[in-house]
Amino acid sequence: MSLDTVKNAEQTPDSVQPWAELGLKEDEYARIREILGRRPTGAELAMYSVMWSEHCSYKSSKVHLKQFGEKAPQSDAMLVGIGENAGVVDVGQGYAVTFKVESHNHPSYIEPYQGAATGIGGIVRDILAMGARPVAVMDPLRFGAADHPDTRRVLPGIVAGIGGYGNCLGLPNIGGEVVFDSCYQGNPLVNALCVGVMKHEDIHLAQASGAGNKVILYGARTGGDGIGGVSVLASETFDATGPAKRPAVQVGDPFQEKLLIECTLEIFAEKLVLGIQDLGGAGLSCATSELASAGSGGMRVELDTVPLRDSSLSPEEILMSESQERMCAIVEPGKVDRFLEICEKWDVIATVIGEVTDGDRLEIFWHGEQVVDVPPRTVAHDGPVYNRPFARPAWQDALQADAPTAERLARPGCGAELKEALLKLVSSPNQASKAWITSQYDRYVLGNTVLSYPEDSGMIRIDDETNLGVSVATDGNGRYAKLDPYTGAQLALAEAYRNVAAGGARPLAISDCLNFGSPEDPDVMWQFAEATRGLADACLALGTPVTGGNVSLYNQTGEVAIHPTPVVAVLGVIDDVTRRTPMAFAEEGQLLYLLGDTADELGGSAWSQVAHDHLGGMPPKVDLDREKLLGEILIAASRDGMIDAAHDLSDGGLAQALVESCLKGGNGARIVVPEGMDPFVYLFSESAGRAVVAIPRSEELRFNDMCGARGLPVTRIGVVDGDVLDVQGQFSVSLAELTEAHTGVIEALLA
Amino acid sequence: MTARVGVVTFPGSLDDQDARRAVRLAGAEPVALWHRDKDLHQVDAVVLPGGFSYGDYLRCGAISRFSPVMDTIIEQAKLGMPVLGICNGFQVLCESHLLPGALTRNDSLHFICRDQKLRIENAGTAWTTDYSAGQEIVVPLKNGEGRFVADEHVLDELEAEGRIVARYLDVNPNGSYRDIAGITNAAGNVVGLMPHPEHAVESLTGPNTEGLGFFTSVLKQLVNA
Amino acid sequence: MARVVVDVMLKPEILDPQGQAVQRALPRLGFTGVADVRQGKRFELELEGPVDDAALARIREAAETFLANTVIEDFTVRVEEEGK
Repeated sequence: MSLDTVKNAEQTPDSVQPWAELGLKEDEYARIREILGRRPTGAELAMYSVMWSEHCSYKSSKVHLKQFGEKAPQSDAMLVGIGENAGVVDVGQGYAVTFKVESHNHPSYIEPYQGAATGIGGIVRDILAMGARPVAVMDPLRFGAADHPDTRRVLPGIVAGIGGYGNCLGLPNIGGEVVFDSCYQGNPLVNALCVGVMKHEDIHLAQASGAGNKVILYGARTGGDGIGGVSVLASETFDATGPAKRPAVQVGDPFQEKLLIECTLEIFAEKLVLGIQDLGGAGLSCATSELASAGSGGMRVELDTVPLRDSSLSPEEILMSESQERMCAIVEPGKVDRFLEICEKWDVIATVIGEVTDGDRLEIFWHGEQVVDVPPRTVAHDGPVYNRPFARPAWQDALQADAPTAERLARPGCGAELKEALLKLVSSPNQASKAWITSQYDRYVLGNTVLSYPEDSGMIRIDDETNLGVSVATDGNGRYAKLDPYTGAQLALAEAYRNVAAGGARPLAISDCLNFGSPEDPDVMWQFAEATRGLADACLALGTPVTGGNVSLYNQTGEVAIHPTPVVAVLGVIDDVTRRTPMAFAEEGQLLYLLGDTADELGGSAWSQVAHDHLGGMPPKVDLDREKLLGEILIAASRDGMIDAAHDLSDGGLAQALVESCLKGGNGARIVVPEGMDPFVYLFSESAGRAVVAIPRSEELRFNDMCGARGLPVTRIGVVDGDVLDVQGQFSVSLAELTEAHTGVIEALLA
Repeated sequence: MTARVGVVTFPGSLDDQDARRAVRLAGAEPVALWHRDKDLHQVDAVVLPGGFSYGDYLRCGAISRFSPVMDTIIEQAKLGMPVLGICNGFQVLCESHLLPGALTRNDSLHFICRDQKLRIENAGTAWTTDYSAGQEIVVPLKNGEGRFVADEHVLDELEAEGRIVARYLDVNPNGSYRDIAGITNAAGNVVGLMPHPEHAVESLTGPNTEGLGFFTSVLKQLVNA
Repeated sequence: MARVVVDVMLKPEILDPQGQAVQRALPRLGFTGVADVRQGKRFELELEGPVDDAALARIREAAETFLANTVIEDFTVRVEEEGK
C-alpha cells in the first residue's frame, strides 16, 4: 500500500489518474494541474472532484443565481446574506433569525428513511453553525403518483425518517407540503427547512483566522459513509484492503445530533469559537477548505488524528467521508481546554486536528507525510463556472396553447355536477387532508408552536415575555412552472408570501430550493433561467431578498425531467403572536369576505388535474403590487383585531379554501355566488392574490373602510353557519360528507 | 415560600424546557437537574420529562435508568417524594421498577402526535388532586412507544387498587392494555403518564390549559404539607 | 415443524447508533472490556413443510427483498436443528 504524497506527485507527473470516474471533465482536470503546477495527489484529486461537483460548486446555476444578489431589494433586515451556511434576518428586539431550505432528493430515493433523516440533520447543522438554536423544521415533499406501488415504498419511509430524526431532536415540525405527481416518480423531492433563533451578537461565520488557532473536529466518529464515489480512487491507488464496498448511504444518529446541538450552544454561550462550519456534503474536504478560504490565513491538518469508526479508511476517504453529526470549529489555544470540557459534559468526542497557519495554503498530512498542498480558495470558492446553453423548448408553445377552455375541457354545468366536482377535488390525494403524515411529526415540543399544519403558515413564538414570533410558509407548484417557469416561480413566492401574511406576519425574506432536471438539457436550463429570473424580479418587487438556499439538478429519469419545481420559503415576523390569524371558521354568524379578483384562470389548476388529468394553457397571472396590498390588509386586519380567520386561496381555489376552513372550525357556511359570476369559475379558478376572511359583524364597517381606502376589491360572499357548506342556488354538502371525502385518503392509498 | 420542583435533563431529553415552563406557570419554582449529578438540590418533587433519552436506544428509558441522578430519585421516591414521569419519563420509571409494566411500540407502528381525550380515574395521587375522578380532559399525546403492557394479574391489581390514573377516551392511540394512559405506585406519589400535560398549559401553544392541573396539584400538596 | 433463523445486521461499515449507545453505557454500569457493540434483528420462521433447498432459497429471497434492507443491512439464514 503506497501513499500518494505531494512529493510522490511531483516525481510521478505522468501517473494516470481516475479523474473521469470521479466526475471531472478533461479541462477541469487540466485546470487543477495548472493551479497546482503538478499533478494532484489522490487526496487533492478527491477534494477537487467533490468540491467542483455540481452539488457543491453550483457551476451550472451560478450565472443565474447571481441575479438574487444583483436584483436584491434594499432591506434593513438582512444581517447575513447569500454565501454563508444560511442567511440571517433581523426580526427586532435584538433577535436574529436564520432559515434555509435544502434538498435531499436523491439519497431519499435510494434509502427513503435514512435519506430523509439525514436531510433534516444536515439542514439543522447549517442553522446551528450560524450560531442559532434550531427551533422548528418544515418539509416540502413531492412524490410520484399516489397510487403507484413505488410511492408506497418511498413515502412511508421518508415520512418515518423525517419523524424519526426530527422528533428525536426535539424540533417541532410546523408545516410543509405534500404533492403527488407522476413526474416525480423516479425523483421524489425531499426538501427540508430549518429555522433558528439567536441574538445579534451570537452570529457566527465559517472562517478560520489567526495563526496558531486550533481546528477542532467534534461530534461523531468518521466512517465510510457516503464515499461510494471516491472508492474508485482507493481501488486505483491502493490495494483493496478495506471493506469491499463503501456505502453510498449515510446513516443518521439524531441522538448524537441532539447532543451536538446542546453542546455547541453551550460553547457559543461561553464565546469559545471564532469560526465554525458543519460537515455535510464533501465532509472534511468542504469544511477545511471553506474555513480556510474564507479566513485570513492557511490551515494545517493532521488527518491521522481524526477519530475513526473504521480504521481501514484511507486519507482520501477520510477527507471525503460524509459521516453525519460532525462540526469543525476554530478555537483560540487558551480556550481549547474549556471547549473540550463542554464536549465531555455532553459525551461528544472532540479532537484538535490542526491549526490555522500564517501561510495561504491548505496543507494536510497523513502520518507526517504531506498529502494535500492547495490554495483553499481554488477548492472552495473558485470552482468552474459554466454558461450552459439554454433555449425555449420546442413544445412550450403547444403546451401553452392547450388552454383548459370550456370548449376543450367539459365543465360542471349544474349544481349537482359542481358538488360532484368539489367532492372529487377535496378527496384527491393532492387536496385531501395530510393529517396521516403530519400526525407522525411532533408539533408541540419546545412549547412555542402557535400555528402548524394545516394552517397556511407555521408560526413560532420566540420570546415568552414579549410574544415576538416568526412564521414560515413554503410553496411551489411544478405544474404552473412547467406551463411558464417565469410566472411559476413568481407564483410560488406569491403564495408563500400570502400564506405568511394570512397568519398575520410581515414577510421579510426568502430562501429557495430550486429542483430541476439536467442542466445539460437546454430545455431544462431554459426553465432554470426563466424561473430564477422570475423569482429575482418578484423578490425585488415584494421587497423580500433571497437569503440563501439550494439548487438540486439532474432530477430526471432518462430523458424525462421533473416539472421545474422552485420551492420558496418565506419568513415573516409578528410582533405579538397572540394576534395571529388562524384559518378555522370558528364562530357562527361571522361574515365571510373574499379579497381580490377572480378571473377564469384554470391552467395548471387542481381541477384540471383531478377532473381531466390535463396540464396546459397558462398559469394564473401574477400581480405583485396586488399581492403586496393584500398582504398589508391581512396584516393590519390581524393586528387591529378585525378578522378572526383568514385562509389563502391557491390550488383548488375558493372551493378548497372553504372546505378546509369549515372543517377546521367545525362550522358550515352559506355562500352566495356574486351576480354575473360563473359559479364554476367562482369556486374552482386559481386566480392569485386572493384570500377568504371571517369577520365579526362588529368589525365589518371598519374592515370595509380600510379595504376601500386602500383600493383592495372585496366581496361579501356569505356567513359562517350551521353544519353544511351551502352554495346558494347550486348545491349544499354536509360537513360529515366533506370529512368523509377529505380524510383517510392518504392512509387508504398507502396502507 | 413556594415549592421547588426539579426537572431532570438526560442526554436526549426534549420536553424539559416545557416541563419547567409548566412548573413555573403552576406557581412553583422549576429547578434544572442534570443526569450525572446525584444531588437533587433540595427539590420537593421531580419531573422526568419527555424526549428520547439516549435516543431510545436499546429500550426506551433503559440507559437513563442507570444515571446517577436516578439512584437518588429512586431512593427518595421510595421515601414518598412526588415523582411524575411523562412519556419518556414514564418509560424510565418502568425501567426503574418504580412502576410496573412496560411501554412498547405503538400498535400502529407509527409515531403519533394528536390531541388526546383522557379520563382522570384517580384524583387522589400527588399529581391529580386538582382534578376530580371521572373528569375528562384533552392534552397532547406524542409517542412512538407508548403502548402500556403488563401481565393480566398486574393489570387486575392496578384496577383493584385504583392505581390507574388516566385512561384514553374515544380513541386508544397506541394499543395500550385497558386503555391505560397513566398509572401510579401504591403510595400515590409516583405517577407515570404517557400523554403530555406540560403541552397543555397555555391556550396559545396548546389545545387548552387542561394539563396545568398536574402541576398545581403537586404544588398544593407540597405547600400544605 | 422446522425453524429457520434469519439474522439481520447492519453492514459493518454502516453506523450503528444503537450499538454505540449501548457500548458507551456498559462501562458506566461496571461492564468493562467491551470494545464494540452492534445490535441486530433475529427472525424465527416456522416452516409448514420440510426445510429443503427450495424452501431455503425462498427464505433467502424473502430476507433479501423484505426482512433486510440490503442497502444498509446484511443477513444470514440458518436452519435451527431439532431439539435445540
